[in-house]
Amino acid sequence: MRPSALVDELRAIVGEQYLLINKEDVIVYEQDGSILQAMPEIVAVPANTKEVSAIVRAAKKAGVPIVPRGSGTGLAGGAVPAEGGVVLSLARLDRILEIDLENRLAVVEPGVINLEITKAISKDGFFYAPDPSSQAACSIGGNIANNSGGPHTLAYGVTVNHVLGVEVVLADGEVVWLGGRVADTPGYDLTGVFVGSEGTMGIVTKAIVRLMRARESVRTLLAVFDRAEAATRTVVDITAAGIIPAALEMMDRTTIQAVEKGAPCGYPTDAAAVLLAEFEGVREHGERAMALVQSICRQNGAREVKLAKDDAERQLLWKGRKGAFGALGLIAPNYYVQDGVVPRGKLPEIMTRIAEIAERYGLIIANVFHAGDGNLHPNILFDMRKPGELDKVIDAGAEILKACVAVGGSITGEHGIGLEKKAYIGLLFNEQDLEAMARVRRAFDPAARLNPAKLFPTPAGCGEVRFSPGKIPAGLWI
Amino acid sequence: MEPTENIADKHTRAELDLPELYQCVHCGLCLNACPTYRALRIESESPRGRIHLVRAAAEGRIELNQGFADHLNLCLMCRACETACPSGVKYGRIAEAARAAIGPPGSKLARGVASLAFTRLLPFPSRLRLAARLLRFYQRSGAERVAGKILPRRLREMSAMLPAVPDRFFAPEAEVFPPLGARRARVGMLGGCVMSVLFAEIDEATLRVLRKNGCEVVLPRNQGCCGALNVHNGETIAAKEMARRNIDAFLAFELDAIIVNAAGCGAAMKEYGHLLRDDAAYAEKAERFAARVKDAGEFLFELGIVAPSAGVHIAVTYQDPCHLAHGQKVRSQPRALLQAIPGIELIEMNTPDRCCGSAGIYNITHSEMSQELLEEKMRSIAATGAAAVVAPNPGCMLQLRYGARRYGPAVEVFHLMDLLDRAYGAS
Repeated sequence: MRPSALVDELRAIVGEQYLLINKEDVIVYEQDGSILQAMPEIVAVPANTKEVSAIVRAAKKAGVPIVPRGSGTGLAGGAVPAEGGVVLSLARLDRILEIDLENRLAVVEPGVINLEITKAISKDGFFYAPDPSSQAACSIGGNIANNSGGPHTLAYGVTVNHVLGVEVVLADGEVVWLGGRVADTPGYDLTGVFVGSEGTMGIVTKAIVRLMRARESVRTLLAVFDRAEAATRTVVDITAAGIIPAALEMMDRTTIQAVEKGAPCGYPTDAAAVLLAEFEGVREHGERAMALVQSICRQNGAREVKLAKDDAERQLLWKGRKGAFGALGLIAPNYYVQDGVVPRGKLPEIMTRIAEIAERYGLIIANVFHAGDGNLHPNILFDMRKPGELDKVIDAGAEILKACVAVGGSITGEHGIGLEKKAYIGLLFNEQDLEAMARVRRAFDPAARLNPAKLFPTPAGCGEVRFSPGKIPAGLWI
Repeated sequence: MEPTENIADKHTRAELDLPELYQCVHCGLCLNACPTYRALRIESESPRGRIHLVRAAAEGRIELNQGFADHLNLCLMCRACETACPSGVKYGRIAEAARAAIGPPGSKLARGVASLAFTRLLPFPSRLRLAARLLRFYQRSGAERVAGKILPRRLREMSAMLPAVPDRFFAPEAEVFPPLGARRARVGMLGGCVMSVLFAEIDEATLRVLRKNGCEVVLPRNQGCCGALNVHNGETIAAKEMARRNIDAFLAFELDAIIVNAAGCGAAMKEYGHLLRDDAAYAEKAERFAARVKDAGEFLFELGIVAPSAGVHIAVTYQDPCHLAHGQKVRSQPRALLQAIPGIELIEMNTPDRCCGSAGIYNITHSEMSQELLEEKMRSIAATGAAAVVAPNPGCMLQLRYGARRYGPAVEVFHLMDLLDRAYGAS
């Protein structure tokens, strides 16, 4: 199916160069950062809000679904066109339109890369707080769709806490603003409803984001443990003591060994786990918090607590953490990352459960995660070429998510539901809950043409969805 | 999806099915590092997109048609994506294999000229010199001025981009040069094809700087062009022949290192082991050769240089040649050497490791994209206020000199060896 009238109309909107229909041009949009694939029929790459709106109107007239896409770094298949149709790439809407330091906000287009905002304001002593590990590549539009977090989510919150307002193109092509330049707009918090809606309610064409003042001091430490439970216990104790680090990350032995094999940064390879903790604020606060955390680490039997002496040492400690996912490729050709969340107090318990699941399925699971907010990233390592292995991995992943929900947690912390986890959303919500959510969605998009087949546990639809075959490793941002 | 049979035959598909393809985890971290993606914001003009295309071709899901070739050929081969990649994917190898499968880029005429140059000119130093002499005649006889008036715009621009051919070429009077002072190392040196013809003074400066630092320098007579341009443009048969020639020429001597002052050549020569991996007679020798190859700046930094006597009083900015920073991971060493020269002030520009658009013959085959990148580069240079740019690679130097003429600022363009040579008292 290639409705040529629609193609002509779209070409007139975006121009020859930015309307893609040839197979070699559209096939590269069949996949995002996940391992799921489905072929789009048409890819449109508009330059501004007006073109986005015109594309949405044309697709509506033709009754064709629209799948918005930012940088395509998502891990849950959110940008995969499960029902075919038009992939609408926001990559060309990439301008920072305004920086207003007096009011600590910036107006940006959705294709702006997350890190570019901080780069533009760091010389003035400001930063944009949400920092997904993919921040050098992921777009603000994608961050808004998935309500993305990152290592520093612990102290600063997720994307929704940093978006004041959005300009969106609705399903009928109408352009509206939700929220605005001031923090409190009367009436329903529609910005809050919209952020995290995974492209099912509208398409962001501008966003007003909050900017934060850079902290006076940053201190980082690495604590080394001989028992994994001691590390998770330390995380629980740190938060119970009322200390909120800017980041509190954990890596287990498998991960440490992978990191040291790839790009060594001085993690001890015989340790069972390491914790990476960072404190930001006024200098005195940092000193005090560091002293407290050190004593908590020692009480829990930490073998060593290493303080980064300068920025170079700090960068080195983070380098291992940030490169961890790439390094896992050195242990196994494939890995599948889960994104479960548990209440912090349940961390020791869930780690034991994950180890049990790994043993029962005969799989290696590497854990590297945002321990401070209980956001797990178990990476199931495997080799897709072995027959039956992928099924085993998917079953083990489902069991981990079930275990998270059983202890009062959730199935995703920051990656979103997308295509990948929609079958599991029923673990958290019953039919009435889901129907209530569907009604909210229908208020924005009655025909469910924006990013269909995502989020809700519906069948995949008429499009052909497949796992990327062969030897491709899966999922990344850990 | 059923593989389509009418494309590249199974043989070609098998050649494209490289292990490197499967290391790509599709994360997208390369996108923002890629100059062509930044300019066009289309996935097929990104490293991830190009890898996806090659994989799809290897799986028989798409054809090796003109569209495929256009996407692969718009790549500058700057390899900035390799620096950005967390999984260590060697994109350059993937792109080179794909280009070998689709053949050289450009219009039929440009392809013909390029192919002729790659197979009939570059491998033969004497022919290259003859061509340079003809070019010099064209530039000096007034023919260029006439051409400037009568040629169509496109050819006129190309003519303007041609570098002025100097009075003399690099022609060492001996094969072995003793060190000045006590011997600290015995090294081979590549004259290089473009370097020796267009930048004889840089080869001479490199030779002097090496000797000044206690190196006995061997310039094997039988050496030739390194074959980098051939590899990048899919002419691997000629490239292998050129590699074998250099291996024979240099391995005839006992050498501690093989010094290269052109980043593109150095990167290619460090890959000889990979290039000749299937050549039973040469595979081992190629590995041995590649292990000895060092960029001039890289080598001198490791050796530890003799403190310069004279000062060079100038504010400079440093442009990382792609095949030095991304291809050879050499970034800090040239900067450290610059800062060892009394009087030099190094002012960093924004993204010094972004391609200037030269990229071998890219500025001729894809002049529009090349000029866009050059203009951006010149703006970054202007913002530093530096009076000169240092870029240790002939392609970058030619491009930046053209940029200084066409867009400004009117900066001087130096090779690192130029400045070191001056710091050692050369006039």
